[in-house]
Amino acid sequence: MSIADIVREATELPVSRSADECLKCNVCNTVCPVLRVTDKFPGPKYSGPQGQRFRLAHLQPIGGPGSANPPSPDASVDYCSGCGWCTTACPAGVKIAEMNNQARARLREGTRPKLRDWGLGQTDLTGTLGVAFSPIANVAMRNRPLRRAMELAIGVHHKAPVPPFAKRTFHATWKRRQAKAGTGSGKAQPGPDKAIVYFHGCSANYYEPHVAEAAVWVLRRNGFETIVPDQVCCGLPLISNGLYEDARAHACKNAKSLARYAKAGYRIIGTSTSCTHTIKAEYEEMLDMRDEDTRAISAATWDIMEFLLDLHEQGRLDTGFGRLDEDLPYHAPCQLRSHGIGLPALDLFALIPGLRARDMDHDCCGIAGTYGLKREKYDIAMAVGRPLFDKITASGATVAACDSETCRWQIEAATGVRTRHPIEILAESYRAMDRARGTAEPPGA
Amino acid sequence: MAVPHTVDVLVIGGGATGAGVLRDLARRGMTSLLVDREDFATGTSGRYHGLLHSGGRYVGKDKVAARECIEENRVLRRIAPASIEDTGGYFVATPDDPDDYVEAFADNCNQSGVDCDEVRVADLLAREPAINPGIRRAFRVPDGSIEPWGLIEAMVADARARGSDALTYHKVIGMEVAGGRIETVTVRDERTGSVSRVWPKFVVSAAGAWAGQIAALANVKVEMTPGKGTMLVYNYRVTDAVINRCHRSSDGDIMVPIHSVSILGTTDIKVPDPDDYDITRAEIRRLVDEGEKLFPSLREMRILRAYAGVRPLYQAPADTVAGAGNRSISRAHAILDHADQGVDNFVSIVGGKMTTHRLMAEQTVDAVAQKLGNTTACTTADEVLPGMEPGHHYWVGHRLADHEAEGGGDADLLCECELVTRRMAEAYLDTHWPCSIDDVRRGTRVGMGPCQGAFCTFRVAGLVAERLDAHTKATGRPAPGTEPGTPEEVGHAPGSGSLHAAIADRALTAFMRERAKGVRPIASGRQLQELMMTNLVFVDVLGVESLSTASALVFEDEEAVDAAR
Ligand SMILES: Cc1cc2nc3c(=O)[nH]c(=O)nc-3n(C[C@H](O)[C@H](O)[C@H](O)COP(=O)(O)OP(=O)(O)OC[C@H]3O[C@@H](n4cnc5c(N)ncnc54)[C@H](O)[C@@H]3O)c2cc1C
Ligand code: SF4
Ligand code: SF4
Repeated sequence: MSIADIVREATELPVSRSADECLKCNVCNTVCPVLRVTDKFPGPKYSGPQGQRFRLAHLQPIGGPGSANPPSPDASVDYCSGCGWCTTACPAGVKIAEMNNQARARLREGTRPKLRDWGLGQTDLTGTLGVAFSPIANVAMRNRPLRRAMELAIGVHHKAPVPPFAKRTFHATWKRRQAKAGTGSGKAQPGPDKAIVYFHGCSANYYEPHVAEAAVWVLRRNGFETIVPDQVCCGLPLISNGLYEDARAHACKNAKSLARYAKAGYRIIGTSTSCTHTIKAEYEEMLDMRDEDTRAISAATWDIMEFLLDLHEQGRLDTGFGRLDEDLPYHAPCQLRSHGIGLPALDLFALIPGLRARDMDHDCCGIAGTYGLKREKYDIAMAVGRPLFDKITASGATVAACDSETCRWQIEAATGVRTRHPIEILAESYRAMDRARGTAEPPGA
Repeated sequence: MAVPHTVDVLVIGGGATGAGVLRDLARRGMTSLLVDREDFATGTSGRYHGLLHSGGRYVGKDKVAARECIEENRVLRRIAPASIEDTGGYFVATPDDPDDYVEAFADNCNQSGVDCDEVRVADLLAREPAINPGIRRAFRVPDGSIEPWGLIEAMVADARARGSDALTYHKVIGMEVAGGRIETVTVRDERTGSVSRVWPKFVVSAAGAWAGQIAALANVKVEMTPGKGTMLVYNYRVTDAVINRCHRSSDGDIMVPIHSVSILGTTDIKVPDPDDYDITRAEIRRLVDEGEKLFPSLREMRILRAYAGVRPLYQAPADTVAGAGNRSISRAHAILDHADQGVDNFVSIVGGKMTTHRLMAEQTVDAVAQKLGNTTACTTADEVLPGMEPGHHYWVGHRLADHEAEGGGDADLLCECELVTRRMAEAYLDTHWPCSIDDVRRGTRVGMGPCQGAFCTFRVAGLVAERLDAHTKATGRPAPGTEPGTPEEVGHAPGSGSLHAAIADRALTAFMRERAKGVRPIASGRQLQELMMTNLVFVDVLGVESLSTASALVFEDEEAVDAAR
């Protein structure tokens, strides 16, 4: 059981009803990164519990009962980035970020989604196409005039950080490797104390297979084989773009494929804090899915750093870390705070000799998933992250770390500093040890 | 505003009925004056449930009342669109409701002309998930919600446009009867204490539950049986439609969504004095116990405040039944021509409902017109009220949408909960000053949200002081309501900043006292915490106890705190 599970009970209130808890104390407004930088967004208190009182009680199709009511009157709620800080900070337990998200969904209710918002939600589709045509796609995405045309056509800001597609998806590589090794068919699968189920999500699959490889390698070093079942995008990009129905379809597919492992006691480990948080909390909270399978996978899901720190606390982590003599600015992504698990990456970094990891102590880099990609929000997102970028630049470091992919891309684009997943840092440290011992082996072997 | 000496008709009472009478008289060419001892709609018309009846609640026992309701429901939707929200309503049969009533309900509706369709329980539950999933049947009727303040102001505006007038804070304190007629009526300006006399040709008492008191001034006997009803205001929309229990109307059996809140009601208790309507804990318990049968998670929902109103129930002398419960008395209205008691130019209109106020006014004015020889036909059902757009009903999101259209944000909000901007409050003060913050509340909903005035009262009070200063600066004269002789002026130099501050302080403490009164009986859970936070803001931050007007200010209610523990 993770720490978040222990307190889950206390905050179990339906999102819309949690508006009742607001005491008007303003704490949420003081932490909202978006409110800090723009007048376009009226702030969490206004668009959350206050706005809620001006919305119909329940999702309702336009037109009934009675007069034709627009579904949600406040277009400004669209400027909430969904970073979740407000919900974390509210002393009364109001689920502000979630409420805003539902209001955004209502804003779109009955209207066809913008091509862009739909497109940003279809990470599997873009990923598959992008990987298939990666040489062309990657050149295209670096092409200024093309990016400007794309901004005009679909509203994705031309400067917004878009990473290059991988040459082959992690999933395909994995399948091929398994087939070669003859695993998966004949050999008995190791039990839940010897293996974990890996949820790679979209980023590690289509853009950063090296993160997935590092995870597999570090897990194996610690005595855990990796199982990679069929899976689709966790659905978060759909949820944040207000497309709940599509997100539910994704959640169902994942629940179907992963639940039997969860029920057999396997842990589901992810390298993306946003995917893991979606499975842990949003399937139930935002998508209202409370069936047995969904609950089982929610309860079994861990962030990889959370998992490794847990191993360490049990004395089971291989602490033979090699020396890494460097400064490492670290940014804890917003999603990580919503997990309520502390900052496990920092605790693990502390085990690495020579590494000077430092928490940048900034709330949000601005990107918030797909928020900062959008034409009308790009400048806001950059302003939100500005103090973080300045701190990282001022540190003079050549590498930074962050658990969430979109944040890494945003930080890299804004600072030019290579930004890596903490698992890559751990892997590098192990390899440093191997080099020192003379036992180095190529990763992924 | 000076009180005129002569008028065709003097209307006593500025509730829905009185305002309706004033409007009807004016439209038929009878120049009239309305007086109310307080602001408009401070009697029952501002303290009722908010239901635009479809008639469904009466089909089981009073088909006349039911028919009047549905007919007037249609009229009001047409003439007062902005005051009505077309929520629709349902009668649902909970496991506690008797089969025979449920079986007969649709037929009864039919016989009274009330539109009624049975709907699938599953469909209703999908639409209104807060309802008890154990309901057996559900019927849809054209209930709605109706807001009194804008409605009454619009009726008064219509009358004023035709040469009539209305004075608030003018109390009728005496009548002089001679030769079988009311010769003069004595009126006291409740703010200055000055007394004046009016010589009306005719007097209409639309004083609701107070009609007995008014009649007594002319030595006429009108037997009122005021029935107190208590209601609970829930923080937001529990449901989007009106939800009634399908049984013979009783306590706590209806939830009305109105504006940003939902109201559960009511109780019905006979009270000797219409001004005496304290809310008891037993009533609140009863409401929640009953309400839970409709909404199982009611106890988890936040109650903002409790309030009560008094029904203007009238019992004709002949059918007085000793010991009968109050709900059995007819809600239908009566027009009493006091010629039978020797006063020829005096009628009282008693009983009735908000929903039927226009009809009541029409019938009253018919009686007056006949006496005064006026043959003009009633036109109040024909034309949309001034300031309202035909067919445009109120909807819950309108204030948020309007605010967004003006740029949104909370920088300019005086009241964050109800989205009252500085401009809205200024506009009200421009047309209503001198007035209290409670009047501003009725005009704008300031202070009616979850914080119940914690964050807006001091802002409005600041606005008051600022305006008084500005007035004196601009004109060199004391602002209206602060002239020598007014109670606030004592001990301060006219036009001085200290006088203006004292007036603002008084406005502030009076309003907070009024708000606290409604919160205290229900204060528990979050609302009690809110009250404590309010206390922190006003006592610890603002230092309200050091204000000259603070003596009677009681925020901390030990009983409520104890009860919550
Ligand atoms: C708890 C409750 C719930 C109700 N719910 C509904 C509902 O949901 N739907 C509905 O249609 N009806 C409802 N009603 C009925 C409806 O509210 C009343 O019938 C209606 O508001 C009465 O209006 P009125 O103008 O006759 O009386 P009031 O609004 O009471 O007006 C009388 C006025 O006379 C004034 N007055 C008194 N004495 C003097 C004096 N000496 N000099 C000058 N003025 C004086 C008072 O200040 C008052 O403003 C409800 C009533 C109650 C009590
Ligand atoms: S989710 Fe983030 S951006 Fe949205 S209101 Fe909360 S703190 Fe502000
Ligand atoms: S922090 Fe919570 S209680 Fe305070 S104003 Fe915001 S939503 Fe309301």
